[in-house]
Amino acid sequence: MSKNIKLISIVLFALFSFFILLKGLDKSNTYSPSIDKSKIDFNFKAKYLFSEKEVFLDELLKNEGMTLINIWASWCSPCKDEHAYLLKLKSLNNLNIIGINYKDNENNAKQFLSELGNPYTNIITDPNGINSIELGAFGVPETYLIENKSKLIIKKFIGPLDDKSFIQLTKIIQ
Amino acid sequence: MNKMKILSKLIIIFLFFQNFSLAETSQQVDKISKNLRCLICQGQSVYDSQSDFALSMKILIQNKIDEGKNDEQIYDFLKNKYGEWIVYDPEINKNTLLLWVLPLILFVFGGILILRKVSIK
Repeated sequence: MSKNIKLISIVLFALFSFFILLKGLDKSNTYSPSIDKSKIDFNFKAKYLFSEKEVFLDELLKNEGMTLINIWASWCSPCKDEHAYLLKLKSLNNLNIIGINYKDNENNAKQFLSELGNPYTNIITDPNGINSIELGAFGVPETYLIENKSKLIIKKFIGPLDDKSFIQLTKIIQ
Repeated sequence: MNKMKILSKLIIIFLFFQNFSLAETSQQVDKISKNLRCLICQGQSVYDSQSDFALSMKILIQNKIDEGKNDEQIYDFLKNKYGEWIVYDPEINKNTLLLWVLPLILFVFGGILILRKVSIK
């Protein structure tokens, strides 16, 4: 009798562990805090791409409506895949899109934009990656939708934009 | 000639202290980065990792130290951006309560088991 109970409990435990691990497989590996909790300070200085001038990111968010911040690099191939979506967003809603050029070479960035088009209203550089950390980013590509007035992140996409995130974005913006 | 000697000694002393202070701040970077989880490379600390994320993080920590921030302020700054998960030392709150209490429960439970065994004998 007690042998049976032991066997059953071992089997149950194994099943339990199995399902927990199975569930863990579906979960995304990157952990990100809920957006409403993290308050980002956009008040940091960065250099414009293709110019020696510097600007506070804050100053680029100073109109009504929303801004899309996109972290990209010419060496990042998922960025190429999502580029078409950024161009579409630009033409659809005349959205203020700010690019952050992450750890990139200026010439390569120029070539990337002349080949694929430039959806960005302004591009600032991030030569050593610390500006992206100010935003709470993990790497490239990453996209943030920000409401200019409240300076809050409304939506955050880690990884390249796709059909699903594009539809989500257009819905929010319109 | 004598002046040259003094000058070169001064330079050596200056360089020595320069290096010394550099070593001290990078030690502080090491200490902080050992307590930070590299969020994109599993099972590694920021200190151990050579990923882009970790390298940038180390530069950022150095910058914050240069700005005069202390360890606690740097941890808070990063927790605000990446959440509690980035530090290896979890605070006691609603979500981590079980984590902190479980060893205690197991300890008490084991103690009871041992006591029972002993008293039966």
